[in-house]
Amino acid sequence: MTDKRFDTIIIGAGHNGLVCAAYLAKAGRKVLVLEAASQPGGAAATREFHPGFRVSSGAHLLTQLNPGVAKDLGLASHGLDYAARDLKTVALAEDGAHLVIDGGSVSGVSGNDAVAYAKFHSQNRRFGKVLDGFFSRRQPTLVDRSWDDAFSLLKLGWSLKRLGKEDMQDLMRVGLINIYDVANEHFDSELLKAAVAMDGVLGSHMGPRSPNTVYGYLHRHIADAWGNSGPALVRGGMGAVGQAFAEAARGFGAEIRCDSKVARVEMQGCHATGVTLESGETLFADTIVSNADPKTTFEKLVGYPNLDAGFSRRVHNFRSRGVSAKLHLALDTLPDFRGLDAALAGQRLLLAPTMDHIERAFNHAKYGEYSRAPVMEISIPSVHDDSLTPAGKHVLSAIVQFAPYALREGWDSGKEVFKRIALEQLERYAPGINNRVLASELSTPVDLEREFGMAGGHWHHGEIALDQALLMRPMPGAHQYRTPIPGLYLCGAGSHPGGGIMGLAGRNAAEAVIKHRKDREERAA
Amino acid sequence: MSLRPHDERMVMPTPFAPRVAALCQTNDWYTWAGYTTPNTFEEVGLEYFAMRNSTGVFDLSPMTKYRITGPDAEAFLNRVMVRDVRKIKPGRVGYTVWCTDEGMVHDDGTIFHLAQDDYRLCAQERCMDWLHWSALGFDVEIVDETAGIAALAVQGPTSCATLRNMGLSGIENLKPFGVATFPFNGAELLVSRTGYTGDLGYELWIDAQQALPLWDALFAAGRERLIRPVGSEALGIARIEAGFIMAGEDFVPAEQVVRHGRARSPFELGLEWLVDFDKGPFTGRNALLKEKREGSRYRFVILDIEGNKPANHSFILDKHGRTIGHVTSAAWCPTAKSNIALASMNMPWGRDDDEMYAEIYYNRELHWTRLLSRCRVRRDPVFNPPRRRATPAQDL
Repeated sequence: MTDKRFDTIIIGAGHNGLVCAAYLAKAGRKVLVLEAASQPGGAAATREFHPGFRVSSGAHLLTQLNPGVAKDLGLASHGLDYAARDLKTVALAEDGAHLVIDGGSVSGVSGNDAVAYAKFHSQNRRFGKVLDGFFSRRQPTLVDRSWDDAFSLLKLGWSLKRLGKEDMQDLMRVGLINIYDVANEHFDSELLKAAVAMDGVLGSHMGPRSPNTVYGYLHRHIADAWGNSGPALVRGGMGAVGQAFAEAARGFGAEIRCDSKVARVEMQGCHATGVTLESGETLFADTIVSNADPKTTFEKLVGYPNLDAGFSRRVHNFRSRGVSAKLHLALDTLPDFRGLDAALAGQRLLLAPTMDHIERAFNHAKYGEYSRAPVMEISIPSVHDDSLTPAGKHVLSAIVQFAPYALREGWDSGKEVFKRIALEQLERYAPGINNRVLASELSTPVDLEREFGMAGGHWHHGEIALDQALLMRPMPGAHQYRTPIPGLYLCGAGSHPGGGIMGLAGRNAAEAVIKHRKDREERAA
Repeated sequence: MSLRPHDERMVMPTPFAPRVAALCQTNDWYTWAGYTTPNTFEEVGLEYFAMRNSTGVFDLSPMTKYRITGPDAEAFLNRVMVRDVRKIKPGRVGYTVWCTDEGMVHDDGTIFHLAQDDYRLCAQERCMDWLHWSALGFDVEIVDETAGIAALAVQGPTSCATLRNMGLSGIENLKPFGVATFPFNGAELLVSRTGYTGDLGYELWIDAQQALPLWDALFAAGRERLIRPVGSEALGIARIEAGFIMAGEDFVPAEQVVRHGRARSPFELGLEWLVDFDKGPFTGRNALLKEKREGSRYRFVILDIEGNKPANHSFILDKHGRTIGHVTSAAWCPTAKSNIALASMNMPWGRDDDEMYAEIYYNRELHWTRLLSRCRVRRDPVFNPPRRRATPAQDL
């Protein structure tokens, strides 16, 4: 207990860890961030996967970065540079009859659908504003409430009331149902419905008919409420985002140590007092903040024996079954998607013809199999960013679903087959693409778990579903960024309001730590 | 999946059923944890006095028994239980309770430390589910051996002499809460100096196949000392006299509670002495620490009540007639000649000098009488004879 250089240790230099570090350091705390990988950023990473070809190896689009966090941290001054903003979404059709979504407008569909989509989009923006108010604060609890919590609930109630009767009824109604039913209510075009449904299921062990997919959609579209009409591409890949976060944290005085994997949280009695690294080195601090996912934090770093049995059961049952694989292709030339204007090749491309197709692809995952005809979210960042590839070459990054973490046959044998299936699927839409592939790489959820330390390879650190969201995230007993272990806090995507490169979990956690420590000091004084 | 005993028959006979049924003259049965068990054999007074004056034998085979083995058995139990299980040495038994995360009591029971990494947990309620969830992160094996082990409580002043007469030589040297094994009929008989009567007494544990030979040998050995089978009614009086709580009566096992707040913590059951905050993490620790800091809702008390009308289900009133607690179990205790109740008092009531009255109703031939009987808090159980602890045990 003698090393007094740091009062706060943050486990994991993923973006939320860095955001939390930045806010804590800004508030005058002495913060050390420990990172297992050799560079900070977590799943906001850029990696060379083939000589001369670099790709965002985790998240590949910046969809939900909170503008308040970006501003507070001065990310732009720390090197965050957009290669493209407000990307359109192109729903690819095998026959080339694509449709293009740009914010609230959609082309390539009937007039009715276009009007319906505009209406749908604007209503979801209003819903997003309600969520925004809720996401930007510590989640309240319904029991043991404080004034803060009462205020949060009042604010939520007020923002719901301000929606007006019709919107409020709609939100209450759709919040618990599925995106399949909602899309069918609004639209005729199967392709449009599928594009909407994809935003409800990306990253989740869910098909369009699964409950919680509407909440997933709203969570994904939170940035609509912040004025974005689509995701952004970052120059240098997502690793540049990680670097900018790291620079911001350093700028406020936080220290970041890479290649320092935490093996366990040290306890004295029943309090967290430090961490021990895999190297054997032990570091002490009175505040430990874990940016690791809840399962890793409690099962691996703390250990079930140090927790109550009922809480351990909740951690054990916390759902974090990743289903998303990442496909990376080094391409000789830009692929030709049938019927796609080359100007649109750099937009966000969705490969999902119908909602039933997505549902069938998901069915396999339920039984521990990979999809035989997977769906994808594709980005070719090299269209906007020539820093990623040798001149004239291209790199394609795709999220491929569904690839269940716990593949029954095992990923050792399944990986190559699934990659081939994914490439065949691409070939149907972009004939000849396979001839242009210089190198390919598939990261299964098992690989993503290994690369980024996320349990189950789940990029939200745990399913975004109502039983694990809002008041319940990640689980009772670990909400409001606190844990059953005094001195140990959570700040990652597993906490409210969840994942995506958003930064709110890290910021809210920092506020919770500061407030909790202040309360304690006041009580002591 | 093969059928287990309870799949074949809704209520099971215990391994002693042929003998028990033959002796049960009242034909007065109830179901205890899925087993047919007698309330009484002949007359509750005779059975009670057998326990207090000679030897009473109670069939406790329905008691839930879990065998817990493996390299983490001790650490596992230490995490489940509120007490420091490491202090229960091999060959010893310890009374314990275990709690939910909220610090509410699941159940109470006894831990038998049979050998290194080898324990038996005896409990009133089934708790396999809870034990399994508690085993996350521990290398232990938990086996339900309830049906495979027959058990008898042999209680009373002549119990030691009876067992010695049965051939258990040296049994008089077994200390309270000690465990010893003896050869019996080609099998191993486990004997613990434990019980639920507050007197000298033993509990016998043996493979269910050996149940009838054990019963016969025991009753043959005790005949001259007036050994007698006892039912649960008589045992119920003895345990109240001895101040022992009972799951389902004095507290509702936390997992059976439906209404919020109806469970009880160890502090609220007078079991503060069991809770060890210094031993490291255990389930319920945070909640119990908070309770200790902020205060409990209830106080468990043993009440000595004026008069001789048992105060079952009575409210306890203050001098203004306001309800300040209620009785959870009560009996007229014949040996102590006292009217005793175990009660759950609303804090802060139940202090030594509080003026309290039990509101007792009793009915004589359709004539109801209401009594307000003065109660006094007892610091110790009313029945607590020195022979309970004396080693070597008294030879009567």
